[in-house]
Formats: sequence, C-alpha cells, structure tokens
Amino acid sequence: MAWTWFHRLGSSPWVYRFSGTLLRFLLPLAIAMIVLGCIWGIAFTPPDFRQGNSYRIIYIHVPVSVVSLAGYYVMAVAGAVSLIWRLKVADMAMRVAAPIGAVLTFLALLTGAVWGKPTWGTFWVWDARITSMVVLLFLYLGVFALYEAFDNKTLASKACAILSLVGTVNIPIIYKSVDWWYSLHQPASIKFTGESTIDPSMLYPLLWMIVAVYLLYACLLLLGLRVTLLESEAKTAWARKVVMEVK
Amino acid sequence: MLESCLLSCKDVAVIRGARCLLSSLDWHLHGGELWQIQGDNGAGKTSLLRALAGLAPQSIEGQLVVNSEFLFLGHKTGVKGDFTALENLKLQLGDGAHYQTDRLRDALRQVGLADYADEFAYRMSAGQQRRIALARLFLVDMPLWLLDEPLTAIDVDGVALIEACIEDQVRRGGSVVYTSHQPLKLDLSSRTLYLPGKGQSPHVA
Amino acid sequence: MSHSVFGKILVRQLLLAYRRPAAVLNPLFFFGVVVLLMPLGLGPKQTVLAEFAPGLLWITALLAALLSAEMLFRSDYDDGGLEQLVVSDDSLYLASLGYIVAHWCLTGLPLALFSPVFGQLLALPAEGYLALATSLALGTFVLSAFGCVGASLTVALRRGGMLLSLLLLPLEVPVLILGAGVVERAINGMPIDSLLSILAGLALLAAALTPVAIGTSIKISLEV
Repeated sequence: MAWTWFHRLGSSPWVYRFSGTLLRFLLPLAIAMIVLGCIWGIAFTPPDFRQGNSYRIIYIHVPVSVVSLAGYYVMAVAGAVSLIWRLKVADMAMRVAAPIGAVLTFLALLTGAVWGKPTWGTFWVWDARITSMVVLLFLYLGVFALYEAFDNKTLASKACAILSLVGTVNIPIIYKSVDWWYSLHQPASIKFTGESTIDPSMLYPLLWMIVAVYLLYACLLLLGLRVTLLESEAKTAWARKVVMEVK
Repeated sequence: MLESCLLSCKDVAVIRGARCLLSSLDWHLHGGELWQIQGDNGAGKTSLLRALAGLAPQSIEGQLVVNSEFLFLGHKTGVKGDFTALENLKLQLGDGAHYQTDRLRDALRQVGLADYADEFAYRMSAGQQRRIALARLFLVDMPLWLLDEPLTAIDVDGVALIEACIEDQVRRGGSVVYTSHQPLKLDLSSRTLYLPGKGQSPHVA
Repeated sequence: MSHSVFGKILVRQLLLAYRRPAAVLNPLFFFGVVVLLMPLGLGPKQTVLAEFAPGLLWITALLAALLSAEMLFRSDYDDGGLEQLVVSDDSLYLASLGYIVAHWCLTGLPLALFSPVFGQLLALPAEGYLALATSLALGTFVLSAFGCVGASLTVALRRGGMLLSLLLLPLEVPVLILGAGVVERAINGMPIDSLLSILAGLALLAAALTPVAIGTSIKISLEV
C-alpha cells in the first residue's frame, strides 16, 4: 500500500484575471440579450389562440427551468472535478453553483405558479413538470443543508460533491418516473429533433431567451467565483492588490 | 533514497478546514526507528498520525509517501461491545480465519485477558477493551506501527506490556511512530518530532 | 464467503443483529404503529383505506427505511471500526455493498415478508398482496443503498434524522412512484412485469454505483 499526494498549486490569480476579461464581454451581451428577448417576446410575438397573452411568461419560465436543471449538472461536474483532482477552483465553482441553481429553480416554480393562475385557475397543480421542479429544489436544498452541517468547509464541499453526483445519476430517473406518474401532462413542445409543435414566431424568441439565460447563468457563476476566490485568498498579495485597486 | 524509506514527507502541511496545524514538514522514516510525535494539545499530533495512516487525504498538502504496510491504532479501538474479546480480535485481524484460535487466545493471555477471551466486550472496562486492540500487536508482522496515544486508559502493568512489545518490534527491525505527551521508558534510541502548533514547521530531534 | 470483505461485513452485521434481535423488530413495529395511525387519521371506512393503501404502505416503507438508516454506521464510527476498515487493504466498495445487503436483509426483507399483514389491516384488495411484497423486496434494496449513502455522509455530523430525510427523500421519489404504481396496477388487474423489471433495474444500478459514493463518504466522514 503506497500513495502519493501532490501539492496542487491553485492558479487563482490567473483564474481571477481570465474570468474578468471574459465577463467584460459576456455580461453586457447577456443583459442585452435578455432585454431584447423580453421585448421580442412581449411585443413582437402573436398571442396564443387559447391562452391569450398570459402564455408570454414562458419566455422567462422555460429558460429558467432549463437552466436550473443544467445548473445541477454544472454543480455535480464541478464537484466531481474537485473530488478527483482536488482542484480548488472547481470546489469554489460547485459552492457558487448551488445557490444560483436553487434560486433559478425557485424562480421556475414561482413563474409556473403565476402562469398557472390564469391557465388552470389555481396557483398550484401537481403537474409532472412542476413536481419534478419541486424535487429538484429539494435536491438543491439537501446540498445546502449538508454543506451547512459540516464545520470543516473543505470536507463540506467534498460531501456535497458526492451528494450532487448521486443526484445527477438520479435526476433522469426522477423525471421519467414523475412523467410516468402524471401521464396527463402537456407533451413537451420543444424538440430539437423532429417537428416542432410550437409556431416559429413564438419558438425563436424562446430559443433566444434560453441562450440568454444560459449566458446570464455563466456570468453569475463567474462573478460568484471571483468573489469566492478573493475571499479565500484574502491573505495573499495578489488578492490585497486587487482589493486596493478597487478601493 | 526515497525508496529505502518506510515513510517520507516532503514539504507536507496539515490543514484542517481554514486552520493550518503544521507546515513544511520534511521527514524520513527508516526501518528500526522509534519516533515519538510530541506537542501540546491541538498542535496536530493526532491529525498528522491519521494523515500518515491515509485517513486524512483532504487535509494534506505536499508530498507524503508511505512505502509499507502498517498497523494503525487510533484513539478509538474498533472493539465492538456485542462481540467477545476473541471475536473482536478475529474481526480486527481482517483475515481472522487464518489464525489458529490457540494463537489468538495466547495473544489475549499476553495482554492479560486470558480469563476474558469469551467475555462480551461491553462488560469490560475501557482499559480492557484497549488491551483487546493491543493484542493485535502480538500477532501481526507489520514493518510499521502507527500508534495514537497507546497508553490511554492503560494501567501500570499494561504500560510495561506495551513498552516491551514496542521494544521487540524495533529490535526486529520494525518501526514505531507514536503520539504521546510523555516519552516511553525504553532502552532504545528514540527520536522526537516536536510539533510547535499554530501552523509552524515541526522540529526533528 | 468469509474471505471477502463483503461476506465479512454481511456476516458481522447479521451476527450483531442476532445478538440484539430487538433491533430487527423495531422497523416492523414502526411499520405497524404507522399503519395504526392511518385509519385513525383517515377514518375506518374500508373503501377509503383500500383506495389509499398502496401509497400509504409505500410511504411508510420509505419512512421505516429512513429511520433505520440513521444508525447504520453510527456504532462502527463511534468505536473506530470504520477507521480500521479504511486503513485495511480491504475493498471499500465491497464493504459498502456488504453494509447495503445487510441493511436490506434486516429491514427491507422482513417488511416485504410481513407486508400482507399490513395490507390486510389497510383493506388492501387481495390482488395487491404479491405485488406489494415483490415491489417492497426490490424497492427497499434501493432504499437501503440510498440510506447507506446518506448515513455515510452524515455519520460524523450528529445532526440526526431531519438532515438525513432532506437528503434521502427527494432521491427516493422514483422508488415510491414505481412501488406504489406496481401495487395500484396489480389491483386494477393490469400487468406489472415491466414495472417490476424497472425496479429490479434500479436495484442493480444502485448496487453497482452507490458503493462508490459510500466508500468516498466514509473516508470524508472519518476526516471530520
């Protein structure tokens, strides 16, 4: 039995600088795309023949739902990298991804409820999509609770990484089983393969918004990562220099 | 050079959460050496020993190589109350089936538990439970022993017993690393790794 | 068997349970007392109970598995047995599998065997008994596997069942849906083979993958 641990130099200053450069382009782009997408969705798309104008919330609801699910995978992949290669940056990315994803999931549920009132006449229906979203929210909350329960935060993030990996394998199974449980739900309207049942005039702004929210997610992740980097390296020379420059 | 060491540390730091316990540890351990890890409470003795045993991979930075099989005896003995002393010993040896029961009883006799071999461990005192764990020392032939506070809860006879056991191991060419506040009273050249705590570099003496 | 660490852990856990038989009966007692609550809360009408019986029985199984998971690694953590397991040359993967199978033998399997009794108490139609027992036998294996993951993550924390339930119950949603679904379909005279094979597939998947997570979690818990 023999093993070796190698010191992994955290290249934090490099990550901090690189993410700063990236954000200079990404952040304006994301905000512009979201503003344009909202205007497109609200003003330049036809009303739905059954739901009238209330359907327009899908331009927020659908992108937020899609990205909140993707966010769980981002968290799990970052967690796996931090577990296997002990990369500090991945560790921080996982910690940052958790709250962003949870907030997006919550937004998805909130917009779903707001959409539900005019559509179904009630804020809450145990529909398959909503139910899956609730399970996803609890998966996120579990990660939070576990993180908070550990005093040693290095170990906390490793434990959360394991939990989110288990969740990742389980998510497709949860979605499938909830779909099966609720076989009366609306069929998925957007398919990237095969024919789309949604009119192109409504589809394009939706796809636009999905890309926009993905971009926004990336920006939030990078911003959070930068803050966490500065916090954890507060005692190093480069971090002090950065803070002094901002002041 | 590295290959002849049972254990070597190169620029090792032990970090628990946000707290650095010790840093820049350069240390090589060869066969036939006896080392005491010394330091105040909270200086990182147990953390370092656990790291050497591979129980703290997330708390270690630097290069730590363990080139040999080892026996680890921690604060907790691993003794289960619902098993008898004999059963516990079998469990602790891993492949307990390979040992003759007579040999196991003999080992228990050597740690002074001859009459307790078939007694449930929950009926025994903390010191007796610790002796069950110590009985392993008489049975396994490992080049390296890592003992965390081996004298805890042990009476005077027990201390003499452990000292004899360690002496035997070192004379056979094996190595022992133990944490303790007091050095053992042995007729052997013993070396000390002193941990000053607060993240400072340990002294090798 | 006793040469592999899988067999060693399995035999050891079963022997421990044999020495303390009350511990094996506790999940069954728990199941019984929760089943008692159902007619008290819902009213004693046979038709009402019969309608909800599949779901109620499966939710109770989830809770029973959850409560018994909490103590899974507790004593091995407290007495240092887990430490010795990790420093030994034994495969943590096989050891974790041993813990899962032992837990299933001591909680899920007895529940499945006695489930017809509880089904009777909740007026479950006769067609549902076999489906209930089979789905419980398969599904509780998945619950044991997840239970081991949760227990190994939280054993060093001493935060108790609340945290564990938040970690485990969302993951166990598919088992509940499929398990209750099997019983529901059996009562309605529909075929259940495909659903049972999905449950069996989940059990195999859990047996193959969760030991990796459990082994890693044990190591992390030992560092706390």
